[in-house]
Amino acid sequence: MDLSAINPVLLVASLMVAATPLLLAAIGELVVEKAGVLNLGVEGMMITGAICGFAISVETGSPWLGFIAAAIGGAILSLLFVLMTQVALANQVASGLALTLFGLGLSALMGQSYVGIKPPAMGRLDLPVLSDLPVVGPILFSHDPILYLGILLTGAVWWVLKYSRAGLILRAVGENHDAAHALGYKVIRIRVLAILFGGACAGLGGAYISLIRVPQWTEGMTAGVGWIALALVVFASWKPWRALLGAYLFGGVTVVQLNLQAAGVAIPVEYLAMSPYLITILVLVILSADKSGAPAALGRSFHASH
Amino acid sequence: MIVLEKRPQPSRTWSMATPLVAVLATMICGGLLFAVLGKNPVEAIGTIFWEPLFGEYAFYYRPQLLVKGAPLVLIAIGLSLGFRAGIWNIGAEGQYIMGAIVGAGVGLAFYPMEAFYIFPLMVLAGAFGGWVWAMIPAFLKVRFGTNEILVSLMLVYVAEQFLASMSLGLLKNPEGFGFPGSRNLQSYASAHNAELIEGSGMHWGVVAAFVAVIFAYVLLNRHMTGFHIRLTGEAPRAARFAGVKPARLILFCLGMSGALAGLAGLFEVSGPSGQISIDFNVGYGFTAIIVAFLGRLHPVGILLAGGLMALTYIGGEIAQGSLGLPAAAIQVFQGMLLFFLLALDLLTNYRIRAARKEVA
Repeated sequence: MDLSAINPVLLVASLMVAATPLLLAAIGELVVEKAGVLNLGVEGMMITGAICGFAISVETGSPWLGFIAAAIGGAILSLLFVLMTQVALANQVASGLALTLFGLGLSALMGQSYVGIKPPAMGRLDLPVLSDLPVVGPILFSHDPILYLGILLTGAVWWVLKYSRAGLILRAVGENHDAAHALGYKVIRIRVLAILFGGACAGLGGAYISLIRVPQWTEGMTAGVGWIALALVVFASWKPWRALLGAYLFGGVTVVQLNLQAAGVAIPVEYLAMSPYLITILVLVILSADKSGAPAALGRSFHASH
Repeated sequence: MIVLEKRPQPSRTWSMATPLVAVLATMICGGLLFAVLGKNPVEAIGTIFWEPLFGEYAFYYRPQLLVKGAPLVLIAIGLSLGFRAGIWNIGAEGQYIMGAIVGAGVGLAFYPMEAFYIFPLMVLAGAFGGWVWAMIPAFLKVRFGTNEILVSLMLVYVAEQFLASMSLGLLKNPEGFGFPGSRNLQSYASAHNAELIEGSGMHWGVVAAFVAVIFAYVLLNRHMTGFHIRLTGEAPRAARFAGVKPARLILFCLGMSGALAGLAGLFEVSGPSGQISIDFNVGYGFTAIIVAFLGRLHPVGILLAGGLMALTYIGGEIAQGSLGLPAAAIQVFQGMLLFFLLALDLLTNYRIRAARKEVA
């Protein structure tokens, strides 16, 4: 065992990379849940995004186009969820599960010819002087653009939800859809937009795994990240900045356990690999006492009967 | 303009008809999917639904129907109890794995002794393993109000890692030349879940599945607990006034579904699959969710749905071999079925009407 081989600066830098898919998916789901919709299909949308992004960036050679395709792919899959829950008024829990099962199958089908290929790499931020600084440089100034996009998105969502009129309406729909409807807001339309946004974010998160974090395509490669993102929204008690904090915490756990595996700690690999899931459960238990942040209409279907 | 009008009472006719319509719709859409993949849709659908039952080699595939259907029905029966009451155990896959590990572990502990009581003990241990794994989310839900969906699902990943560790470590076959995986229980007579009638596919798991169906039917229709489950799902407020204890219901539903999933795992590991290995689980725990919904959460419905889903598994394998249809296509096909089913449920609860022009 050689713990001194673990470089703390690289550890923090790779923690941020590991956290980004979680963060992107969680921010999307946070907006969806703020609008009063519980979409359990995050895992399915992520994996679909992962393969859409991978396929398009391999075919075109451009990671940027890949990420755009991933967002579109995730949104299209979430459109299915829209049809199920907003049009056909199906149970949201069951529909979300269906979305995940379907997404996992669909992605495996789409990804058959992409196994074992390396995707084009995305450039990293390279600022003169700043990126070369010791410690601060690798942590803050030399990541890929999508990582910064994740942080920007967190800020944007926070601002929109807290200070803008659109955010206020979104929250109103999520807290009490009957009242929002009575005030003349289009409950269904707002929820549809929120779900599509959530799908696009989950797609981006998935593509981040297949294009940057791993970067490779394997079946079922998201391995529960979508579910952890769902837990993260609860952890964050529906507050964007806390979602960022949570994502870094989980990213940290993942990276530390990988580093410990590499350093050959006396704990068997399988038990280390369990740790992110166990910690998710632990965190859920600690935080489940406080449900004050949950949108009041979460998971309830809306049907204007008059 | 089309409007939805809520029915005063769910339509019984549509409740029975939606699974059939959903299957038809899935066949059509699935056919389109197969056509996109460059296969003849009629041939593909025929292969999946006709070959295993009436094809040339049906004598081989028909027993497989029981082998594949039994775990699906066992798990789905357990899940349906909880789903009816709004308790979402989606970690059956993990409970299935743990049941298999604990049950096989007990059997292997006796190796190479031969005795009549070993297999019954393994069955108990299998149910116990699944039960314990399901009691984790149940206890956390009751004690701390933790979301059972996320906890039960996280435990699937934990169980998968545990399975890997067991098949590489504690349960590894000492005479296995270093390959991962346990001893083969098929060659250990006292622990082998053998076919009861040669060549029929009928093993103890199939018997257990039928017993579970009858048990669930009686429970839901003739027993107070079953009434409480239905009441909680249909009218939670009324249930509270009637004195239903939610905590007890959560422990019962999750525990029951865990135990049944554990049993399914044990019967699988001691019978058709034979040994604990890294990729022992094949996703029955997730497919069972589809089976539970396809069977309308009704015991008899689940029995039929389990048969149908087993058919798509077997037919899918045949189509893989003869038509080169990718395995994932069947997974998509099954997911599609769940979509149509949930969406068509609309017709049970709502009436679709053309909107009349109203004069103000």
